[in-house]
Amino acid sequence: MKLTKEEWEMLAGEQGNAAKKSMEILVALGEIFGAEKMVPVKSVQVSGVSYANLGDAGLEFLAEMAKDGKVRVLTTLNPAGMDLENWKALGIPEDFAKKQKMVIDAFAKMGIITTCTCTPYFVGNRPKKGDHISWGESSAVTFANSVLGAYTSKEGGPSALAAAITGRTPLYGLHLDKNRQAQVAAKLKTELRDETDFGALGYLIGKKIGNKIPLIKGVKKATEDQLKSLSASIVTYGAPAIFHIEGITPNKTAEPKEKIEFGAADIEQAKKEMNDSGDADFILLGCPHCSLEEIRAIAGMLTGKKVVKEFWVCVARPVKKEAEKLGYVKTIEGAGAKFACDTCHVVAPLKGRFKCVMTNSAKGCFYGRGSNAFKMQLRTMRECIEEAMK
Amino acid sequence: MILKGRKICAGKAIGESLVSSGGISFYGGVDPDTGIIVEKSHPLEGKNIAGKVLVFPQGKGSTVGSYTLYRLKKNGKAPAAIINKECETIVAVGAIISEIPCVDKIDIEKIQSGAVVEVDAEKGIVKIE
Repeated sequence: MKLTKEEWEMLAGEQGNAAKKSMEILVALGEIFGAEKMVPVKSVQVSGVSYANLGDAGLEFLAEMAKDGKVRVLTTLNPAGMDLENWKALGIPEDFAKKQKMVIDAFAKMGIITTCTCTPYFVGNRPKKGDHISWGESSAVTFANSVLGAYTSKEGGPSALAAAITGRTPLYGLHLDKNRQAQVAAKLKTELRDETDFGALGYLIGKKIGNKIPLIKGVKKATEDQLKSLSASIVTYGAPAIFHIEGITPNKTAEPKEKIEFGAADIEQAKKEMNDSGDADFILLGCPHCSLEEIRAIAGMLTGKKVVKEFWVCVARPVKKEAEKLGYVKTIEGAGAKFACDTCHVVAPLKGRFKCVMTNSAKGCFYGRGSNAFKMQLRTMRECIEEAMK
Repeated sequence: MILKGRKICAGKAIGESLVSSGGISFYGGVDPDTGIIVEKSHPLEGKNIAGKVLVFPQGKGSTVGSYTLYRLKKNGKAPAAIINKECETIVAVGAIISEIPCVDKIDIEKIQSGAVVEVDAEKGIVKIE
Protein backbone atom coordinates (compact mmCIF):
# COMPACT_ATOMS: atom_id res chain seq x y z
CA MET A 1 0.00 0.00 0.00
CA LYS A 2 1.08 3.54 -0.66
CA LEU A 3 1.05 5.50 2.60
CA THR A 4 1.42 9.23 3.15
CA LYS A 5 4.11 10.65 5.41
CA GLU A 6 1.64 11.07 8.24
CA GLU A 7 0.37 7.52 7.83
CA TRP A 8 3.96 6.23 8.06
CA GLU A 9 4.45 8.24 11.22
CA MET A 10 1.37 6.69 12.77
CA LEU A 11 2.54 3.21 11.79
CA ALA A 12 5.97 3.88 13.32
CA GLY A 13 4.36 4.83 16.63
CA GLU A 14 5.30 8.52 16.42
CA GLN A 15 1.71 9.53 17.14
CA GLY A 16 1.16 7.20 20.08
CA ASN A 17 0.31 3.57 20.68
CA ALA A 18 -3.38 3.72 19.81
CA ALA A 19 -2.61 5.33 16.44
CA LYS A 20 0.12 2.71 15.83
CA LYS A 21 -2.17 -0.25 16.62
CA SER A 22 -4.94 1.36 14.54
CA MET A 23 -2.69 1.85 11.53
CA GLU A 24 -1.46 -1.75 11.82
CA ILE A 25 -5.07 -2.97 11.63
CA LEU A 26 -5.89 -0.75 8.64
CA VAL A 27 -2.71 -1.58 6.71
CA ALA A 28 -3.28 -5.32 7.25
CA LEU A 29 -6.85 -5.03 5.94
CA GLY A 30 -5.67 -2.88 3.04
CA GLU A 31 -3.06 -5.50 2.11
CA ILE A 32 -5.53 -8.39 2.38
CA PHE A 33 -8.13 -6.71 0.18
CA GLY A 34 -5.69 -5.13 -2.27
CA ALA A 35 -6.21 -1.45 -1.39
CA GLU A 36 -3.75 0.90 -3.09
CA LYS A 37 -4.05 3.60 -0.45
CA MET A 38 -6.01 5.02 2.47
CA VAL A 39 -8.95 7.39 2.04
CA PRO A 40 -9.91 10.06 4.61
CA VAL A 41 -13.29 9.39 6.27
CA LYS A 42 -15.93 11.94 7.28
CA SER A 43 -17.56 9.89 10.01
CA VAL A 44 -17.34 6.63 11.95
CA GLN A 45 -19.89 4.37 13.63
CA VAL A 46 -18.26 1.95 16.09
CA SER A 47 -19.88 -1.43 16.75
CA GLY A 48 -18.90 -3.90 19.50
CA VAL A 49 -20.26 -1.89 22.43
CA SER A 50 -22.23 -4.41 24.50
CA TYR A 51 -20.30 -5.79 27.46
CA ALA A 52 -22.13 -9.09 26.79
CA ASN A 53 -20.05 -9.39 23.60
CA LEU A 54 -16.83 -7.69 24.69
CA GLY A 55 -16.24 -9.37 28.04
CA ASP A 56 -13.42 -8.23 30.33
CA ALA A 57 -10.83 -8.71 27.60
CA GLY A 58 -12.68 -6.46 25.15
CA LEU A 59 -13.03 -3.86 27.89
CA GLU A 60 -9.30 -4.10 28.57
CA PHE A 61 -8.54 -3.58 24.86
CA LEU A 62 -10.71 -0.45 24.77
CA ALA A 63 -9.17 0.89 27.99
CA GLU A 64 -5.70 0.34 26.48
CA MET A 65 -6.70 2.20 23.29
CA ALA A 66 -8.19 5.01 25.40
CA LYS A 67 -4.83 5.64 27.14
CA ASP A 68 -3.61 7.82 24.27
CA GLY A 69 -6.21 7.33 21.51
CA LYS A 70 -8.35 10.27 20.37
CA VAL A 71 -10.80 10.19 17.48
CA ARG A 72 -10.17 12.60 14.59
CA VAL A 73 -13.66 12.60 13.05
CA LEU A 74 -17.31 12.54 14.11
CA THR A 75 -17.76 9.15 15.78
CA THR A 76 -20.91 7.60 17.24
CA LEU A 77 -21.58 4.28 19.00
CA ASN A 78 -23.69 1.19 18.38
CA PRO A 79 -26.21 0.02 21.01
CA ALA A 80 -24.91 -1.12 24.39
CA GLY A 81 -26.10 -4.06 26.46
CA MET A 82 -28.50 -1.91 28.48
CA ASP A 83 -30.30 1.42 28.78
CA LEU A 84 -27.52 3.51 30.34
CA GLU A 85 -29.92 5.41 32.60
CA ASN A 86 -32.98 3.20 33.00
CA TRP A 87 -31.22 -0.20 33.28
CA LYS A 88 -32.62 -1.11 36.68
CA ALA A 89 -36.23 -0.83 35.55
CA LEU A 90 -35.42 -3.06 32.58
CA GLY A 91 -34.04 -5.77 34.86
CA ILE A 92 -30.29 -5.57 34.08
CA PRO A 93 -28.00 -6.98 36.84
CA GLU A 94 -25.85 -4.52 38.80
CA ASP A 95 -22.44 -6.10 38.01
CA PHE A 96 -23.25 -6.11 34.28
CA ALA A 97 -24.24 -2.44 34.48
CA LYS A 98 -20.95 -1.53 36.18
CA LYS A 99 -18.88 -3.16 33.43
CA GLN A 100 -21.06 -1.71 30.66
CA LYS A 101 -20.49 1.78 32.07
CA MET A 102 -16.72 1.20 32.04
CA VAL A 103 -16.96 0.32 28.34
CA ILE A 104 -18.86 3.55 27.62
CA ASP A 105 -16.36 5.57 29.68
CA ALA A 106 -13.46 4.23 27.60
CA PHE A 107 -15.22 5.26 24.38
CA ALA A 108 -16.06 8.70 25.84
CA LYS A 109 -12.41 9.22 26.83
CA MET A 110 -11.45 8.81 23.17
CA GLY A 111 -13.85 11.61 22.19
CA ILE A 112 -16.61 9.38 20.83
CA ILE A 113 -20.19 10.63 21.11
CA THR A 114 -21.82 7.92 23.22
CA THR A 115 -25.23 7.96 21.55
CA CYS A 116 -25.44 4.12 21.47
CA THR A 117 -27.77 3.63 18.55
CA CYS A 118 -27.95 1.51 15.40
CA THR A 119 -29.54 4.51 13.64
CA PRO A 120 -26.79 7.16 13.88
CA TYR A 121 -28.36 8.80 10.82
CA PHE A 122 -31.28 9.94 13.05
CA VAL A 123 -29.02 11.63 15.62
CA GLY A 124 -26.61 13.86 13.74
CA ASN A 125 -24.29 11.33 12.10
CA ARG A 126 -25.91 11.45 8.67
CA PRO A 127 -23.38 11.34 5.82
CA LYS A 128 -24.00 13.00 2.48
CA LYS A 129 -24.00 11.32 -0.92
CA GLY A 130 -20.42 10.58 -1.96
CA ASP A 131 -18.92 10.79 1.54
CA HIS A 132 -16.40 8.11 2.49
CA ILE A 133 -17.14 6.84 5.99
CA SER A 134 -16.15 3.86 8.14
CA TRP A 135 -19.14 2.26 9.79
CA GLY A 136 -19.87 -0.87 11.75
CA GLU A 137 -23.45 -2.10 12.36
CA SER A 138 -24.55 -3.89 9.21
CA SER A 139 -28.03 -2.30 8.99
CA ALA A 140 -26.59 1.22 9.24
CA VAL A 141 -23.82 0.35 6.77
CA THR A 142 -26.42 -0.84 4.25
CA PHE A 143 -28.62 2.23 4.84
CA ALA A 144 -25.64 4.57 4.44
CA ASN A 145 -24.46 2.90 1.22
CA SER A 146 -27.87 2.34 -0.38
CA VAL A 147 -30.21 5.07 0.85
CA LEU A 148 -27.79 7.92 1.60
CA GLY A 149 -25.27 7.17 -1.15
CA ALA A 150 -22.24 7.22 1.17
CA TYR A 151 -19.29 4.81 0.77
CA THR A 152 -18.42 2.32 3.48
CA SER A 153 -17.21 -1.23 3.98
CA LYS A 154 -18.95 -3.36 6.61
CA GLU A 155 -16.54 -2.81 9.47
CA GLY A 156 -16.11 -4.65 12.76
CA GLY A 157 -15.60 -2.87 16.08
CA PRO A 158 -11.78 -2.64 16.07
CA SER A 159 -11.44 -1.62 12.40
CA ALA A 160 -14.04 1.15 12.76
CA LEU A 161 -12.33 2.38 15.92
CA ALA A 162 -9.01 2.32 14.06
CA ALA A 163 -10.55 4.49 11.33
CA ALA A 164 -11.83 6.94 13.96
CA ILE A 165 -8.40 7.25 15.59
CA THR A 166 -6.50 7.68 12.32
CA GLY A 167 -9.25 9.44 10.33
CA ARG A 168 -8.71 6.97 7.48
CA THR A 169 -9.78 3.65 6.02
CA PRO A 170 -8.27 1.48 3.29
CA LEU A 171 -9.76 2.20 -0.14
CA TYR A 172 -11.27 -1.07 -1.40
CA GLY A 173 -14.58 -2.89 -1.85
CA LEU A 174 -17.69 -0.74 -1.49
CA HIS A 175 -15.53 2.43 -1.42
CA LEU A 176 -15.06 2.01 -5.18
CA ASP A 177 -17.86 2.65 -7.72
CA LYS A 178 -16.93 -0.39 -9.79
CA ASN A 179 -17.76 -2.66 -6.85
CA ARG A 180 -21.16 -1.05 -6.22
CA GLN A 181 -22.83 -1.95 -9.51
CA ALA A 182 -25.93 -4.14 -9.50
CA GLN A 183 -25.30 -7.77 -10.51
CA VAL A 184 -28.84 -9.07 -10.65
CA ALA A 185 -32.20 -7.40 -11.37
CA ALA A 186 -34.87 -8.46 -8.87
CA LYS A 187 -38.33 -7.69 -10.25
CA LEU A 188 -41.12 -7.47 -7.74
CA LYS A 189 -44.55 -8.48 -9.09
CA THR A 190 -46.54 -7.46 -6.02
CA GLU A 191 -46.96 -4.34 -3.94
CA LEU A 192 -45.18 -3.98 -0.61
CA ARG A 193 -47.69 -2.79 2.00
CA ASP A 194 -45.78 -2.32 5.22
CA GLU A 195 -42.45 -2.66 7.04
CA THR A 196 -42.80 -6.46 7.37
CA ASP A 197 -43.19 -6.76 3.58
CA PHE A 198 -39.97 -4.78 3.13
CA GLY A 199 -38.31 -7.01 5.74
CA ALA A 200 -39.53 -10.11 3.92
CA LEU A 201 -38.17 -8.78 0.62
CA GLY A 202 -34.76 -8.38 2.28
CA TYR A 203 -34.99 -11.96 3.53
CA LEU A 204 -35.84 -13.24 0.03
CA ILE A 205 -33.03 -11.34 -1.66
CA GLY A 206 -30.49 -12.37 0.97
CA LYS A 207 -31.47 -16.04 0.72
CA LYS A 208 -32.04 -16.29 -3.05
CA ILE A 209 -29.38 -13.97 -4.46
CA GLY A 210 -26.76 -14.37 -1.76
CA ASN A 211 -23.65 -12.34 -2.34
CA LYS A 212 -24.72 -10.44 -5.49
CA ILE A 213 -25.78 -6.77 -5.44
CA PRO A 214 -29.46 -6.40 -6.40
CA LEU A 215 -31.27 -3.79 -8.49
CA ILE A 216 -34.84 -4.03 -7.17
CA LYS A 217 -37.56 -3.10 -9.65
CA GLY A 218 -41.28 -2.61 -9.21
CA VAL A 219 -41.27 -0.77 -5.89
CA LYS A 220 -43.47 2.29 -6.43
CA LYS A 221 -42.84 4.10 -3.16
CA ALA A 222 -40.98 3.56 0.08
CA THR A 223 -40.76 5.55 3.30
CA GLU A 224 -37.40 6.03 5.00
CA ASP A 225 -38.56 3.69 7.78
CA GLN A 226 -39.40 0.99 5.24
CA LEU A 227 -35.96 1.41 3.67
CA LYS A 228 -34.49 1.12 7.18
CA SER A 229 -36.32 -2.20 7.59
CA LEU A 230 -35.11 -3.45 4.19
CA SER A 231 -31.51 -2.34 4.89
CA ALA A 232 -31.50 -4.28 8.14
CA SER A 233 -33.01 -7.46 6.77
CA ILE A 234 -31.24 -7.74 3.42
CA VAL A 235 -27.78 -7.78 4.99
CA THR A 236 -28.83 -9.99 7.92
CA TYR A 237 -30.00 -12.72 5.56
CA GLY A 238 -26.87 -12.78 3.42
CA ALA A 239 -26.80 -10.00 0.82
CA PRO A 240 -23.96 -7.49 0.36
CA ALA A 241 -24.24 -4.19 2.26
CA ILE A 242 -25.67 -2.26 -0.69
CA PHE A 243 -28.82 -2.43 -2.82
CA HIS A 244 -30.42 -0.31 -5.51
CA ILE A 245 -34.15 0.35 -6.00
CA GLU A 246 -35.09 1.73 -9.39
CA GLY A 247 -36.45 5.27 -9.06
CA ILE A 248 -35.85 5.44 -5.30
CA THR A 249 -32.21 5.02 -4.20
CA PRO A 250 -29.62 7.65 -5.26
CA ASN A 251 -26.75 5.53 -6.65
CA LYS A 252 -26.31 5.03 -10.38
CA THR A 253 -25.93 1.48 -11.62
CA ALA A 254 -25.75 -0.32 -14.95
CA GLU A 255 -28.54 -2.75 -15.87
CA PRO A 256 -27.53 -6.28 -14.85
CA LYS A 257 -27.98 -9.23 -17.24
CA GLU A 258 -29.08 -11.74 -14.63
CA LYS A 259 -32.77 -11.48 -13.66
CA ILE A 260 -35.02 -12.93 -10.98
CA GLU A 261 -38.69 -12.35 -10.08
CA PHE A 262 -40.56 -12.33 -6.77
CA GLY A 263 -44.34 -12.42 -6.25
CA ALA A 264 -46.79 -12.17 -3.37
CA ALA A 265 -46.46 -15.89 -2.61
CA ASP A 266 -42.68 -15.52 -2.16
CA ILE A 267 -43.17 -12.66 0.31
CA GLU A 268 -45.69 -14.74 2.30
CA GLN A 269 -43.38 -17.79 2.29
CA ALA A 270 -40.49 -15.64 3.56
CA LYS A 271 -42.65 -14.42 6.44
CA LYS A 272 -43.67 -17.99 7.26
CA GLU A 273 -40.01 -19.01 7.50
CA MET A 274 -39.21 -16.16 9.88
CA ASN A 275 -42.10 -17.00 12.23
CA ASP A 276 -42.06 -19.48 15.10
CA SER A 277 -45.20 -20.79 16.78
CA GLY A 278 -45.92 -19.82 20.39
CA ASP A 279 -47.60 -17.21 22.56
CA ALA A 280 -45.73 -13.92 22.54
CA ASP A 281 -44.76 -12.68 26.02
CA PHE A 282 -42.54 -9.80 24.90
CA ILE A 283 -43.39 -7.14 22.31
CA LEU A 284 -40.52 -5.25 20.75
CA LEU A 285 -40.53 -2.29 18.37
CA GLY A 286 -37.44 -0.40 17.23
CA CYS A 287 -35.05 -2.80 15.51
CA PRO A 288 -33.32 -0.82 14.07
CA HIS A 289 -34.10 1.97 16.55
CA CYS A 290 -37.36 3.88 15.94
CA SER A 291 -37.54 7.13 14.04
CA LEU A 292 -39.53 10.03 15.46
CA GLU A 293 -42.20 9.24 12.89
CA GLU A 294 -42.49 5.66 14.18
CA ILE A 295 -42.75 6.90 17.79
CA ARG A 296 -45.52 9.25 16.66
CA ALA A 297 -47.38 6.32 15.08
CA ILE A 298 -46.96 4.15 18.20
CA ALA A 299 -48.26 6.99 20.40
CA GLY A 300 -51.23 7.39 18.07
CA MET A 301 -52.16 3.72 18.41
CA LEU A 302 -51.64 3.67 22.20
CA THR A 303 -53.62 6.80 23.04
CA GLY A 304 -56.02 5.95 25.86
CA LYS A 305 -55.02 2.24 25.75
CA LYS A 306 -53.31 -0.16 28.19
CA VAL A 307 -50.77 -2.83 27.32
CA VAL A 308 -50.63 -5.95 29.50
CA LYS A 309 -47.53 -7.63 28.06
CA GLU A 310 -43.89 -6.55 28.45
CA PHE A 311 -43.51 -4.00 25.67
CA TRP A 312 -40.28 -2.23 24.73
CA VAL A 313 -39.79 0.64 22.33
CA CYS A 314 -36.08 0.79 21.41
CA VAL A 315 -34.81 4.20 20.38
CA ALA A 316 -31.81 6.50 20.35
CA ARG A 317 -31.86 8.75 23.41
CA PRO A 318 -31.91 12.05 21.44
CA VAL A 319 -34.95 10.82 19.47
CA LYS A 320 -36.72 9.97 22.74
CA LYS A 321 -35.93 13.50 23.99
CA GLU A 322 -37.68 14.93 20.91
CA ALA A 323 -40.60 12.57 21.46
CA GLU A 324 -40.81 13.77 25.05
CA LYS A 325 -41.22 17.38 23.94
CA LEU A 326 -44.00 16.33 21.59
CA GLY A 327 -45.88 14.43 24.31
CA TYR A 328 -45.46 10.99 22.68
CA VAL A 329 -43.40 9.55 25.55
CA LYS A 330 -46.10 10.40 28.09
CA THR A 331 -48.74 8.68 25.96
CA ILE A 332 -46.64 5.55 25.38
CA GLU A 333 -45.44 5.20 28.98
CA GLY A 334 -48.93 6.02 30.21
CA ALA A 335 -50.18 2.99 28.29
CA GLY A 336 -47.69 0.80 30.16
CA ALA A 337 -45.02 0.38 27.46
CA LYS A 338 -41.34 0.97 28.29
CA PHE A 339 -38.68 2.89 26.43
CA ALA A 340 -35.31 1.21 26.06
CA CYS A 341 -32.72 3.75 24.93
CA ASP A 342 -29.14 2.82 24.00
CA THR A 343 -29.93 -0.91 23.61
CA CYS A 344 -32.12 -3.63 22.08
CA HIS A 345 -33.10 -7.28 22.41
CA VAL A 346 -30.09 -8.42 20.33
CA VAL A 347 -27.33 -7.07 22.59
CA ALA A 348 -28.99 -7.02 26.04
CA PRO A 349 -28.56 -10.06 28.31
CA LEU A 350 -32.20 -11.25 28.24
CA LYS A 351 -31.78 -15.00 27.76
CA GLY A 352 -34.38 -16.91 29.76
CA ARG A 353 -36.45 -13.85 30.70
CA PHE A 354 -38.88 -14.23 27.79
CA LYS A 355 -39.93 -17.14 25.62
CA CYS A 356 -41.51 -15.66 22.53
CA VAL A 357 -40.97 -12.19 21.07
CA MET A 358 -43.26 -10.40 18.64
CA THR A 359 -41.63 -7.65 16.58
CA ASN A 360 -42.03 -5.82 13.27
CA SER A 361 -38.35 -6.42 12.46
CA ALA A 362 -37.18 -9.18 10.10
CA LYS A 363 -33.63 -8.59 11.31
CA GLY A 364 -34.85 -8.82 14.90
CA CYS A 365 -36.28 -12.27 14.17
CA PHE A 366 -32.87 -13.63 13.14
CA TYR A 367 -30.85 -12.23 16.04
CA GLY A 368 -33.56 -12.86 18.63
CA ARG A 369 -33.44 -16.54 17.73
CA GLY A 370 -29.65 -16.47 17.86
CA SER A 371 -28.26 -14.42 20.71
CA ASN A 372 -31.08 -14.77 23.27
CA ALA A 373 -32.64 -18.05 22.03
CA PHE A 374 -36.17 -16.58 21.76
CA LYS A 375 -39.01 -17.83 19.60
CA MET A 376 -39.79 -15.01 17.17
CA GLN A 377 -42.91 -13.69 15.44
CA LEU A 378 -42.97 -11.07 12.70
CA ARG A 379 -46.03 -8.78 12.60
CA THR A 380 -46.76 -5.18 11.63
CA MET A 381 -46.46 -2.42 14.21
CA ARG A 382 -50.26 -2.32 14.56
CA GLU A 383 -50.51 -6.09 15.09
CA CYS A 384 -47.69 -5.97 17.65
CA ILE A 385 -49.51 -3.26 19.59
CA GLU A 386 -52.80 -5.19 19.47
CA GLU A 387 -51.02 -8.30 20.77
CA ALA A 388 -49.56 -6.29 23.66
CA MET A 389 -53.06 -5.34 24.78
CA LYS A 390 -54.41 -8.94 24.78
CA MET B 1 8.17 -29.59 4.26
CA ILE B 2 8.11 -25.80 3.91
CA LEU B 3 5.03 -23.90 2.74
CA LYS B 4 5.15 -20.24 1.74
CA GLY B 5 2.28 -17.81 2.28
CA ARG B 6 1.60 -14.23 3.30
CA LYS B 7 2.05 -12.44 6.61
CA ILE B 8 -1.13 -11.23 8.31
CA CYS B 9 0.32 -10.67 11.78
CA ALA B 10 4.04 -10.98 12.53
CA GLY B 11 5.48 -13.33 15.15
CA LYS B 12 6.94 -16.80 15.57
CA ALA B 13 5.41 -19.89 17.13
CA ILE B 14 5.79 -23.64 17.24
CA GLY B 15 3.15 -26.15 18.24
CA GLU B 16 0.97 -29.10 17.46
CA SER B 17 -1.42 -28.43 14.61
CA LEU B 18 -5.20 -28.68 14.80
CA VAL B 19 -6.72 -28.70 11.33
CA SER B 20 -10.34 -27.84 10.49
CA SER B 21 -11.88 -28.57 7.11
CA GLY B 22 -14.60 -25.95 7.79
CA GLY B 23 -14.49 -22.23 8.60
CA ILE B 24 -14.50 -21.08 12.21
CA SER B 25 -16.87 -18.54 13.76
CA PHE B 26 -15.08 -17.35 16.88
CA TYR B 27 -18.11 -15.41 18.18
CA GLY B 28 -20.58 -18.04 19.32
CA GLY B 29 -18.47 -20.88 17.92
CA VAL B 30 -15.60 -20.91 20.43
CA ASP B 31 -15.90 -20.61 24.22
CA PRO B 32 -13.70 -17.59 25.13
CA ASP B 33 -13.02 -18.95 28.63
CA THR B 34 -11.88 -22.48 27.73
CA GLY B 35 -10.84 -22.40 24.06
CA ILE B 36 -13.21 -25.27 23.26
CA ILE B 37 -15.05 -25.24 19.93
CA VAL B 38 -18.75 -25.32 20.77
CA GLU B 39 -20.40 -24.79 17.37
CA LYS B 40 -22.90 -27.62 16.80
CA SER B 41 -21.76 -30.21 14.22
CA HIS B 42 -18.53 -28.30 13.49
CA PRO B 43 -15.77 -30.70 12.34
CA LEU B 44 -13.78 -29.71 15.47
CA GLU B 45 -16.71 -29.57 17.93
CA GLY B 46 -15.42 -30.35 21.44
CA LYS B 47 -11.73 -29.84 20.53
CA ASN B 48 -9.59 -27.29 22.37
CA ILE B 49 -7.69 -24.71 20.31
CA ALA B 50 -5.56 -23.40 23.22
CA GLY B 51 -1.84 -23.45 22.41
CA LYS B 52 -2.40 -25.18 19.06
CA VAL B 53 -1.31 -24.03 15.63
CA LEU B 54 -4.86 -23.64 14.38
CA VAL B 55 -5.32 -24.36 10.68
CA PHE B 56 -8.61 -23.58 8.90
CA PRO B 57 -9.79 -22.23 5.53
CA GLN B 58 -11.13 -18.91 6.81
CA GLY B 59 -13.11 -17.12 9.50
CA LYS B 60 -16.88 -16.71 9.29
CA GLY B 61 -19.78 -15.18 11.22
CA SER B 62 -20.06 -12.03 13.30
CA THR B 63 -17.33 -9.37 13.34
CA VAL B 64 -17.48 -9.59 17.16
CA GLY B 65 -15.30 -12.68 16.62
CA SER B 66 -12.21 -10.42 16.60
CA TYR B 67 -12.91 -9.60 20.24
CA THR B 68 -13.44 -13.29 21.01
CA LEU B 69 -9.87 -13.98 19.82
CA TYR B 70 -8.68 -11.19 22.10
CA ARG B 71 -10.58 -12.69 25.03
CA LEU B 72 -9.02 -16.10 24.33
CA LYS B 73 -5.56 -14.51 24.36
CA LYS B 74 -6.16 -12.73 27.66
CA ASN B 75 -7.50 -15.98 29.17
CA GLY B 76 -4.41 -17.89 28.03
CA LYS B 77 -6.55 -20.02 25.70
CA ALA B 78 -5.62 -18.57 22.32
CA PRO B 79 -4.03 -20.64 19.57
CA ALA B 80 -0.22 -20.32 19.35
CA ALA B 81 -0.58 -19.33 15.70
CA ILE B 82 -3.22 -19.24 12.97
CA ILE B 83 -2.83 -20.55 9.43
CA ASN B 84 -5.59 -19.75 6.91
CA LYS B 85 -6.20 -20.51 3.29
CA GLU B 86 -7.75 -17.04 2.76
CA CYS B 87 -7.75 -14.71 5.76
CA GLU B 88 -10.74 -12.37 6.12
CA THR B 89 -11.41 -9.30 8.28
CA ILE B 90 -12.56 -11.00 11.49
CA VAL B 91 -9.52 -13.23 11.93
CA ALA B 92 -7.05 -10.63 10.59
CA VAL B 93 -8.20 -7.96 13.04
CA GLY B 94 -8.48 -10.50 15.87
CA ALA B 95 -4.91 -11.74 15.28
CA ILE B 96 -3.50 -8.20 15.14
CA ILE B 97 -5.14 -6.90 18.31
CA SER B 98 -4.30 -10.15 20.14
CA GLU B 99 -0.74 -10.41 18.70
CA ILE B 100 -1.24 -13.97 17.48
CA PRO B 101 1.16 -14.89 14.62
CA CYS B 102 -0.99 -15.39 11.53
CA VAL B 103 -0.30 -16.31 7.89
CA ASP B 104 -2.58 -17.05 4.96
CA LYS B 105 -2.40 -18.19 1.32
CA ILE B 106 -1.12 -21.54 2.58
CA ASP B 107 -2.04 -24.84 0.94
CA ILE B 108 -3.65 -26.12 4.15
CA GLU B 109 -4.63 -29.50 2.70
CA LYS B 110 -0.95 -30.43 3.08
CA ILE B 111 -1.08 -30.11 6.87
CA GLN B 112 -2.26 -33.02 9.04
CA SER B 113 -3.75 -32.57 12.51
CA GLY B 114 -1.20 -33.49 15.18
CA ALA B 115 1.90 -32.56 13.15
CA VAL B 116 4.44 -30.25 14.78
CA VAL B 117 4.32 -26.99 12.86
CA GLU B 118 6.63 -23.99 13.05
CA VAL B 119 5.31 -20.61 11.90
CA ASP B 120 7.46 -17.62 11.02
CA ALA B 121 4.73 -15.13 10.16
CA GLU B 122 7.05 -12.24 9.30
CA LYS B 123 8.49 -14.32 6.44
CA GLY B 124 5.14 -15.99 5.72
CA ILE B 125 6.77 -19.40 6.21
CA VAL B 126 5.23 -22.57 7.66
CA LYS B 127 7.59 -25.50 8.43
CA ILE B 128 6.09 -28.94 9.01
CA GLU B 129 8.32 -31.51 10.76
